[in-house]
Amino acid sequence: MLDRLDKEEYFYGHKGCGGCGGSLAVRLALKVLGKDTFVVLPAGCMSAVGFVYPQLCFGVNALISPFASTAAMLSGIRAAAKSLNIKNCNVVGFAGDGGTADIGLQALSGAIDRGDKIIYICYDNEAYMNTGVQQSSLTPYGARTTTTPPGEHIHGSRNSKKNMFEIVAAHHIKYAATASIGNIPDYIKKVEKAKNTNGTSYIHIAAPCPTGWGIDSSETVAIAREAVECGLWYLAEYEDGKYKLNKNVKEFTSIRTYLKKQGRFKHLTDEDIQEIERQRDENIKFIKERYI
Amino acid sequence: MSRPTVKTDFSGEIPKGTYGPAMHLTETLEGWRNSRPVINNNICNICGLCYLVCPEGVIFNEKNIMDIDYGFCKGCGICARECRKHAITMQKEGAANE
Repeated sequence: MLDRLDKEEYFYGHKGCGGCGGSLAVRLALKVLGKDTFVVLPAGCMSAVGFVYPQLCFGVNALISPFASTAAMLSGIRAAAKSLNIKNCNVVGFAGDGGTADIGLQALSGAIDRGDKIIYICYDNEAYMNTGVQQSSLTPYGARTTTTPPGEHIHGSRNSKKNMFEIVAAHHIKYAATASIGNIPDYIKKVEKAKNTNGTSYIHIAAPCPTGWGIDSSETVAIAREAVECGLWYLAEYEDGKYKLNKNVKEFTSIRTYLKKQGRFKHLTDEDIQEIERQRDENIKFIKERYI
Repeated sequence: MSRPTVKTDFSGEIPKGTYGPAMHLTETLEGWRNSRPVINNNICNICGLCYLVCPEGVIFNEKNIMDIDYGFCKGCGICARECRKHAITMQKEGAANE
């Protein structure tokens, strides 16, 4: 697998926090896609850490888009590449969970509808981390953010995660997948598939944020792996109209251990954890009925 | 070394306009670090996992030895945490001077 990656680094010297999961996702995707790539970044961590003037950290063509229009800009770049007769180039966008599920959802829906040959990667760190941890619609139940502070009566976020993978798959997209930085070979395989897809592809990668999650910077990859093991995240694909579960976890590890490692879940009571377990079981039942 | 480096011909002028050259690095980031990862090459079996999990991309294989670009390593410790052979240890910066 190592020899399939480009030896060059295309995202280097960036000013992301130590142990940033999002920048790992960006770095690996660019190593798969290679130098003939156009990158679009909306407002979010990756545009904030990649272009700290005058330090410009992308080795490929990269530009910042307005927050809501990542996918629209991707379509535009693909149209421009076509009219300039640039073949064999990749057009990829990296948006955070807020830029995908809240603000950029309409543009993404439009791009999938048009079926442009673009790759959209959502690095999901489960809140608006760039502006200092505010709740997004992909923030999990019970998480502490600055807009959902835990108090006596309300224990953190009351939302449960929006199912972006299902929303995107409902467009009958050519290729959609969920991935995790806890399973890097799987992620690389999915980016390769997206690269070779003749149409729109979407990858939703779980990318923990040590700063916002309240974990040690060395735990990023381990905690992403544990999220899959305890059933709060899953690895699945949607291709040619069919769902596929990549990793069928037979026995889940303890949700409590996973939650209590993170500062954002420190306040949770036993009832809250039971509620999260109930939500997980419901979600897993849904997944197994549909994807297997 | 196949890593990008800081532009030595950079004399302080900044790119004008709303765009600049790709990979225009003007400063290193070693000052961000509290402790540095050190690879024990006797234990290391060059599996390349540390190269894959590094968010900075500072670990690389040169002539069949894993090496680290300390200029850009932030010392997050993911490599030491993930190494299956426990060949990487985190050493406190400045410990050599004590």
